[in-house]
Amino acid sequence: MNIVNQLQRQFIDFSTSLHREGFVDDQFTQLQKLQDENSPDFVVEVVSLFFEDCEKLINNMARALEQTQGVDFKQVDASVHQLKGSSSSIGAMRVKNACISFRSFCEAQNREGCLRCLQQVTHEYSLLKNKLQTLFTLEQQILAAGGSIPVVD
Amino acid sequence: MARDGGVTWRRTEKIDRFNLSAADTAEELHVLAVDDSLVDRKVIERLLRISSCKVTAVDSGIRALQFLGLDEEKNSNGFNDLKVDLIITDYCMPGMTGYELLKKVKESSVFREIPVVIMSSENVLARIDRCLEEGAEDFIVKPVKLSDVKRIKDYTTREFRVGEEERTRKGINKRKQRDSFDLSSSSPPSILSSSPVSSSSSSPESQSPSPSPPSIPSASSAPSSPSPIDSHSPTRRVKTTSSE
Repeated sequence: MNIVNQLQRQFIDFSTSLHREGFVDDQFTQLQKLQDENSPDFVVEVVSLFFEDCEKLINNMARALEQTQGVDFKQVDASVHQLKGSSSSIGAMRVKNACISFRSFCEAQNREGCLRCLQQVTHEYSLLKNKLQTLFTLEQQILAAGGSIPVVD
Repeated sequence: MARDGGVTWRRTEKIDRFNLSAADTAEELHVLAVDDSLVDRKVIERLLRISSCKVTAVDSGIRALQFLGLDEEKNSNGFNDLKVDLIITDYCMPGMTGYELLKKVKESSVFREIPVVIMSSENVLARIDRCLEEGAEDFIVKPVKLSDVKRIKDYTTREFRVGEEERTRKGINKRKQRDSFDLSSSSPPSILSSSPVSSSSSSPESQSPSPSPPSIPSASSAPSSPSPIDSHSPTRRVKTTSSE
């Protein structure tokens, strides 16, 4: 197997594992299909926007939950809602699911529960970031070696 | 790329092509997309562009109104020459919600004919009904997929070409339950989009194969026709009487 094939194989295996482990769902595949020669960096761009969004929203949640004089759960919920939305739009399934649980704790006005969820969301976000960075690196390597990126359905 | 406050106005990459022929220009729909989420705006823009639409994406209802020229305070003269053929807006937005934007558009004598599609991450029946009652063309449950865009583009284009008659025959069939679909392809919705006409009380048109069509979420009865719950059918905003 030449280098391109090896890399492509790696890519396919890695992609498959991402789906299998629930890091991404079909919406992510949908976005990959929207990428073409007119918009070759579409996925990387959207994902970058998403991660920026994540960081901002996670910070908002953390700040809101830190308020000693009383947590504004509506505010926390608003941020969680936003994060849930954008994670759903890019297919970040585990992050999205973490947000879903988070919202119930917001509704219950349970600060401890919320803090645990915030930890969970933060954790899922870092995991995903690493995974996707690996994926994108593999893509770059394939392209650099003169190959094309396999479509994994 | 022109920027004006929160308005991002980017010409499509295909601008050269459509300048060549008047027919082409006329065919390309200009969609005004409204969403406060940057990620969602990016996705919807791509979905629309890849579907050969011109897109103007704004981050709020206010900006949308400004773009249309409906905002009393500001007159965005520079943008008025690009006619908007379709508005697609998120429901949950700070400030003006998508619902409020919908109402403003439908209240305007100039813009009321523009189809408005609402997007929402929440599949809430009451919300869907309210929007349809107010005159929304369709309600898409997020995340938005290519098949959704294809569907709305189909009937929007048809409206152009066929006009009033078609419009009065259109029923309310466009809700979808995200879970009931095979996400990877455009199967049922596209098939339905080829014959969007269906009143809530009658069976689908003969040309519609209607394989498990989108049914309304949980609470409703799940009719085999691509129509919403009969008991909840809102009146169509247009002169139509198709839904009873």
